[in-house]
Amino acid sequence: MAGLAATLGSGAMTNSVGEFEDCEVFLVTGSNTTEQHPLIGSRIINAVKNKGATLILVDPRKIQLSKHAKYHLSPRCGTDVAWLNGMMNVIIKEGIEDKEFIQNFTEGYEELKKAVEKYTPEYVEKITGIPAGQLAEAARAFARSKKSSILYCMGITQHTTGVDNVKSCANLAMLTGNIGKPSTGVNPLRGQNNVQGACDMGGLPNVYCGYQKVTDPKAKEKFENAWNVTGLPDNVGVTVTAVPNLAAEGKIKALYVLGENPMVSDPNIEHVRKGLESLDFLVVQDIFLTETAQLADVVLPGASYAEKDGTFTNTERRVQRIRKAVAPPGEAKQDWEIIAEISKLCGYDMSYKSAEEIFDELAFVTPSYHGMDYSRLDKDFGLHWPCPTKDHPGTPYLHKDGKFARGKGLFTGIDFKEAAELPDDEYPFTLTTGRTYFHYHTRTLTKRSSALEREVPECYVELNPEDAKKHLIRSGQNVKVTSRRGSLDAKAIVTDIVKTGTIFIPFHFAEQAVNNLTIDALDPVAKIPEYKVCAVKIGGGN
Amino acid sequence: MSSEKQILSTCIYCGCGCGFYFKVKDGRINGVVPSKNHPINKGSLCIKGWNASEFVHHPDRLTEPLIKENGKFRKASWKEALSLTVKKLKEHKEKSGPDSLAFFASAKCSNEENYLFMKLARAVFKTNNVDHCARL
Ligand code: SF4
Repeated sequence: MAGLAATLGSGAMTNSVGEFEDCEVFLVTGSNTTEQHPLIGSRIINAVKNKGATLILVDPRKIQLSKHAKYHLSPRCGTDVAWLNGMMNVIIKEGIEDKEFIQNFTEGYEELKKAVEKYTPEYVEKITGIPAGQLAEAARAFARSKKSSILYCMGITQHTTGVDNVKSCANLAMLTGNIGKPSTGVNPLRGQNNVQGACDMGGLPNVYCGYQKVTDPKAKEKFENAWNVTGLPDNVGVTVTAVPNLAAEGKIKALYVLGENPMVSDPNIEHVRKGLESLDFLVVQDIFLTETAQLADVVLPGASYAEKDGTFTNTERRVQRIRKAVAPPGEAKQDWEIIAEISKLCGYDMSYKSAEEIFDELAFVTPSYHGMDYSRLDKDFGLHWPCPTKDHPGTPYLHKDGKFARGKGLFTGIDFKEAAELPDDEYPFTLTTGRTYFHYHTRTLTKRSSALEREVPECYVELNPEDAKKHLIRSGQNVKVTSRRGSLDAKAIVTDIVKTGTIFIPFHFAEQAVNNLTIDALDPVAKIPEYKVCAVKIGGGN
Repeated sequence: MSSEKQILSTCIYCGCGCGFYFKVKDGRINGVVPSKNHPINKGSLCIKGWNASEFVHHPDRLTEPLIKENGKFRKASWKEALSLTVKKLKEHKEKSGPDSLAFFASAKCSNEENYLFMKLARAVFKTNNVDHCARL
């Protein structure tokens, strides 16, 4: 979430889920909310149906939410900066921006104004295919309400221009004064259940917990004291996506994977396999023998969430408890115990008696968690961070009264750039990937649940009826989808959910992993792979 | 036979973080009941949530450490698996430097586990090569 952190000073959802009930305008983009975040999706539908809220949906697919949208704008894939700039162009030209908010709480406005000047709705229509009139109307609707909220998910961040997309969303929110108040804001919906927590806890190469930078000498000293060690490293580490290459080059020799399955979730799987296979040592700690664990030299059996105490931080920054209900099977152990034992064997004592004791330590060194403890979290289903002191009630929405974490909110003028790989004569289709309602990420868990497996048991390819006709493909028939990197066979589903020229494949299926096809071009700042757009061709399958 | 207990927890299938109770009897979980007062889900769950406990007792669960020998896994004791892990990690750290190691934390594991894991990478192995799949 590098884009949001640079603009506002914090990369998390600015507002909380409960506030969606009172939103007047939703701008939802790159999020198939009813499938990926069902209970947020149902809140949006409720607000539209029962409270007269307006839904602006910007999505190339005719997803379920489109039935409830007053405006459904359907851009060509990978053109988000263009339509966001277009909306801001309209708002500024018509003088309906929030002048007071801009004046008091932001900087860089002139730069933004200059950057969006050429993005007239007509120009944007040429780039995105969104009719100029529709774009202008949606922009007006968004700007006129003081309870307009932007929601997005991986559809916005999984591009080479992901950081630009996020900054553009923040630009729009600040331009209309829709931030720092209830039922407004810029709200990235986090996919996996504890992505927010893993980031908060410093599961990142550049920061300790609480986003304290490893390059900051003060932070280094603080953690050396807290942990009673010397010589903490102060160079930024490497990202997940860089590891396969470094392993293949022999620069990374050993990898310890905790509860992840990069063999399915990474773009360009063959590349990842080669990388992992060239490691001298791979240890995987998980609850099933995942595709990644199968490549390991040592597999350590951990505990499922039902077998341990701990906390998760949900997409709205709510830190809440999980509790041990049953014992782990066989000799499987609590994951924290395994980590602590490894540490002890290395001569560094980690003797904790419980997860609670670890929480107390992490709260002590993490400013935004400082006021939390298990007894407080047990009341009222957790607390929203930041919660700096024991008597602080937590923070459902950030940047109250225009007080941004970085001082003033920063506008950034951003130019539209094309995606890294566009369709051409040889590979005429745009492939986009995503989730389906019934499965969770790499399916390690959900495929072991019979009710969920029954609903969507195998991979499929969504194809527009017109394209299907042209290529003589019927629903249910096998098709072969090929990119410059690989190919897969799957059943075709002919549906007008997807536009002509576009193909959708869900990414949960290891057996036919779509990430064999996708491109590993990365956003230069956030290093997010471009899952959402790549060029492919289709043909009859086996 | 003991009587059924209900234990409050949090769903793991998406970032909404709905609250539910595990129904526990004789050391086994028999489904979940949504929490009525939870601010996110207020008594309801989606289909994934209703099925969020089914995998817990799945026969494919890993129940003992494994070590690969000649391309095949064999069962191992904790002592053996952990000392091999530590030996290898230490060896590479000493021979090729701390940054020849990498650690993938997890968006599925708890805050406590992620904190400890990055502490292990940084304080013990002295590398910032820690990341997780939030990008994914
Ligand atoms: S019940 Fe459904 S909406 Fe709620 S956290 Fe689980 S998967 Fe998400």
